[in-house]
Amino acid sequence: MNNVDCSAIQRRVYLDHSATTPVRAEVLAVMIPYFSAAFGNASSVHRWGKEARMGVDLAREKVAHLIGANPSEIIFTSGGTEADNLALRGTAYAQKGKGNHIITTKIEHHAILHTCESLEREGFEVTYVGCDQYGMVDPEDIRAAITPKTILMSVMHGQNEVGTIEPVGEIGKIAKERGIVFHTDTVQSPGKIPVNVDDLNVDLLTLSSHKIYGPKGVGALYVRKGTRVAPQATGGAHERGLRAGTENVPGIVGLGEACYLAGKDMPDESARLAVLRDNLIQGILTTIPESILNGHPVQRLPHNVNVSIKYVEGESMLLNLDLMGIGASSGSACTSGSLEPSHVLLAMGMPHEMAHGSLRMTLGRSTTAEDVDYVVKTLGPIVSHLREMSVFTKP
Amino acid sequence: MYNDKVMDHFFHPRNVGEIEDPDGAGQVGNPICGDVMRVTLKIKGDKIEDIKFKTFGCGAAIATSSMVTELVKGLPLDEAMKVSNNAVAEALGGLPPQKLHCSNLAADALHAAIEDYRKKLSASPAQP
Repeated sequence: MNNVDCSAIQRRVYLDHSATTPVRAEVLAVMIPYFSAAFGNASSVHRWGKEARMGVDLAREKVAHLIGANPSEIIFTSGGTEADNLALRGTAYAQKGKGNHIITTKIEHHAILHTCESLEREGFEVTYVGCDQYGMVDPEDIRAAITPKTILMSVMHGQNEVGTIEPVGEIGKIAKERGIVFHTDTVQSPGKIPVNVDDLNVDLLTLSSHKIYGPKGVGALYVRKGTRVAPQATGGAHERGLRAGTENVPGIVGLGEACYLAGKDMPDESARLAVLRDNLIQGILTTIPESILNGHPVQRLPHNVNVSIKYVEGESMLLNLDLMGIGASSGSACTSGSLEPSHVLLAMGMPHEMAHGSLRMTLGRSTTAEDVDYVVKTLGPIVSHLREMSVFTKP
Repeated sequence: MYNDKVMDHFFHPRNVGEIEDPDGAGQVGNPICGDVMRVTLKIKGDKIEDIKFKTFGCGAAIATSSMVTELVKGLPLDEAMKVSNNAVAEALGGLPPQKLHCSNLAADALHAAIEDYRKKLSASPAQP
């Protein structure tokens, strides 16, 4: 019955780059001195402090350069989640006098959604705008949700599950016209699609280091000059008084380098990834009957493949893929830790059973054409094996 | 997440399939929650002569389905009815807490199949 051979692991293929990425060699190299040689506290007056501070300042410039911002507009945090929290809570509390309404979408990352839900419990009102079947948000739906009490809008840039690239620039224009603070979570974007704070018309923007070949535990929030944010981590004057805490100097230095490399490599790398992505999508859709692509077919992150495969469940696909050396993820309930499948797939109108059968593969710097061929060759028998066992497959 | 025994039942499931003209059949779960199991039985002399399963579900769902069929093959129906969700999870050496609900479905599908057989039996008393 079982045609999956344990001895047949021919290669290791990591396809979960949207979950996390390895630290690039160049990034690690610039970080190392700051662990023991230039170890000072960046706030200290003496030379040890100065060395550390210079590392932080240079990193700040690199991050700013990636997104077209001023270095003074970059706030370092412990990651994307903290930056999202600071953006939402910081704005909500700072703008409380003007209103209490927040607009976001149903397809945001949990860092946004759970924070909005928490703000709702504190008395703020939140509108969660829906999307179409491709996971695309319509700027007109955002516009229609605006009220005189709206103080903040947050719409993500590159959708992390299905890869759809949201019309952030257009939405930002609407926010600007109405004088509403606008935040975008661009955690998935750098190195893949351009990220410019003026093109996107944003006041706040979230970056995460470990998604772009930097170290885990560090991120950044862009805060446009003139945008009021109430600090959430208090206890020092760090980061212009917006985020207290001794700077994670090696991490920050790593993030800076990761941003620099992401910007430099993006034109070539995004083109390379898009070809591999499309080959993988075509390979799956043509060799596996009753499989569909999730997310927008064109307005799509160049590294994202997300498919739903009928009659089989996501986690069982992942376990079989893992046995064959392939690492991927899924939107099934069993992989979410809750009893619900991906909220993004459900927001797109997908029936539960298709959401449970979803498979996300996100390519990266290490992905080759041979890897893509191997995945296509390997997935077919896995799906056949699971379909033979499935209740739903027609005999 | 899963121990070796669970993985063994997942990668080498026992008794996969569908019995033709089953004496009893039970299907539980729904695609909304992500696990569906179907158990079919061949009964002889009030014992489970053969049992097969089909499952749409995760690692725990497939492993528990396989284990339940292994536990009850050859057992008298009364004893098979007593095989509980806990027994299946224990036989597998335990499951992560968020996966325990999958083991419910395996025992429930088995019980549903036995009840289906008994209902058919009482509906037509003149058995050969």
